[in-house]
Amino acid sequence: MTDRKPLYLMTPALAWLTAFMVVPCLLILALGFFRRGIYGGIEYTFTLENIALVFDPLYAGIFLKSAMIAGLSALIAVVIGYAAAYAIAAAPQRRQATLLFFAVLPFWSNYLVRTYAWIVMLNREGLIAGIAHGLGWGGELPKMLYTESAVVIGLVYNYLPFVILACYAPLSRLNPEIAEASRDLGASGWTTFRRVILPATVPGIATGFVFVFVLSIGNFVTPALLGGGQFQMIGNLIYAQFLTANDWPFGAALSIFLIAIMMGLLTLQTFATERASGARREE
Amino acid sequence: MGAGLAISASMASAQALVVSNWDGYMAPDAITAFNDATGNQAELVLHGTNEEIMGKLIASKGKGYDVVFVSSPFAEVLHNLGLAEDLDHAKIPNIANLYPQATQLSHDEGNAFSLPYAWGTTGLCYRSDLVAETPDSWMDLLEPSEDLRGKTTMLATDRWLLGAAMLAKGYSVNTVDEAELAEVRDQLIQTKGTLLAYDDTTFYAKLVSGEAELVQAWDGWCNYGIAENADIKYVIPEEGSDLWVDTMVILKNSQNKDAAYDFVNFVLEPANHGWAAENILYKVPNQPAMEALPDEFVTQFPNMGIQPDQLMGYEQLRDVGQAQRAYSRIVSEIKAAN
Repeated sequence: MTDRKPLYLMTPALAWLTAFMVVPCLLILALGFFRRGIYGGIEYTFTLENIALVFDPLYAGIFLKSAMIAGLSALIAVVIGYAAAYAIAAAPQRRQATLLFFAVLPFWSNYLVRTYAWIVMLNREGLIAGIAHGLGWGGELPKMLYTESAVVIGLVYNYLPFVILACYAPLSRLNPEIAEASRDLGASGWTTFRRVILPATVPGIATGFVFVFVLSIGNFVTPALLGGGQFQMIGNLIYAQFLTANDWPFGAALSIFLIAIMMGLLTLQTFATERASGARREE
Repeated sequence: MGAGLAISASMASAQALVVSNWDGYMAPDAITAFNDATGNQAELVLHGTNEEIMGKLIASKGKGYDVVFVSSPFAEVLHNLGLAEDLDHAKIPNIANLYPQATQLSHDEGNAFSLPYAWGTTGLCYRSDLVAETPDSWMDLLEPSEDLRGKTTMLATDRWLLGAAMLAKGYSVNTVDEAELAEVRDQLIQTKGTLLAYDDTTFYAKLVSGEAELVQAWDGWCNYGIAENADIKYVIPEEGSDLWVDTMVILKNSQNKDAAYDFVNFVLEPANHGWAAENILYKVPNQPAMEALPDEFVTQFPNMGIQPDQLMGYEQLRDVGQAQRAYSRIVSEIKAAN
């Protein structure tokens, strides 16, 4: 007799996800193959036109640009986040919870509020400019807000806690005796980090990177606010198709590709994590 | 039989009149006042954008809504889709309050299916104390002088962003000519490098803070800046403006037509319609309402004094059908350019 308990327990979650996640995604998938009606709406005749349009150099370029911005943000977030997680894991046990608490604290406030805070800091009449002028800087500062750098800053800032949490988990589970053994065997601190600690925490890094990448590539709020709307990321393009161009089929076609990229990466990351933990078990 | 009719009639009247409008575009107590005055049961729902309410109306064939507030190109679409009621003017006596010009708008001459609620222009809003030269042309925005580089913003919405360059080049704001659109695109790509940002919602705040000195703005929104800083001024460039019109449309599938007519008639009462002028600082096409505005109000916000005859000299944005895809594409090209 098999234990049916897991199945029963999972049913509500599965039902919820099916109704509010799988079905809407399938609707989007279907929508991508219809025509845009002359006045907006949808004309139910089959076409591959929308899918083909995604590969148009203009729109493919926007995908590429979004991927580059998301990749850069994920990279920076991983470097900063890993260092922070390492420091937290190395701190005395009783302080770790407090430090983690502070790392996640920004999550308790609204995403928009956090993003607006950067506008207050970076704008030409803002906090940083004010401090620079207060310190006697006479000239005009380089444009900080409404640039690609501002978007990357915003994305890194907003998603950094994910990386800290993702990297902290494997770092804190690491048996300190392993690092000790490595040093006893004559490895330098750097070698120990590179050959022992880093490989053992790759799954955390991969999880952090993929999270930031996936959340960034579809983001449309940060490019709109911190980028001053001056360049479009794929999320802005999709938003525009649904909300200003009234071109739902093309918006759906773009979404299909975005979802595919996200799912592909998440699958890869799951495999990587599985393999890493499998490899460790075999050792 | 009689009882059945009475029941169905009472069921119909028990159904609330549903009005969809932008948030804050009517007096907060307008619905309550309407219900009290007419004994109707109206309820207000909100939409954030024209496209949002259009999506719902097209999907439901207009069922579930009785009166909607939309911009004129969208009213035109509702009419073309057969979703807008052909208005019976006998049921809207307050139509007489509209300026004669407001009954001859190009998207709906004779108010066959829509009633104008607010109208105005799109032009330049600027800090007169900061700009070296008073702007008077769209080119002052599109190719700003050295000292204004990085201190200007343009509207982000497709039609108005493109409209600035169309007007500058002397083209129709509804042009679908490929060569003209290519020229508009090239101009706007060149302009992009000089901008602080594209901004639809906070451009007047950027003027107030001094972050921006010259912005493309709707006249009513420039007034929000003027209210905070009297050095902010509005000008319609010499090449002209578009005439934007927000309208009220009754849905053909409305189950509460009498109440819907009562409602639009109620809005056209000078006291009710004037609320939008006084509080949202938009011009309303209601003659007695505009004439009742205090002189000092029009002195403070000069664009409130733009007369209907001048407005009628500007071209309205019209629905461009499938050309909308070309417009969106151009905007993507502009935004993807470096």
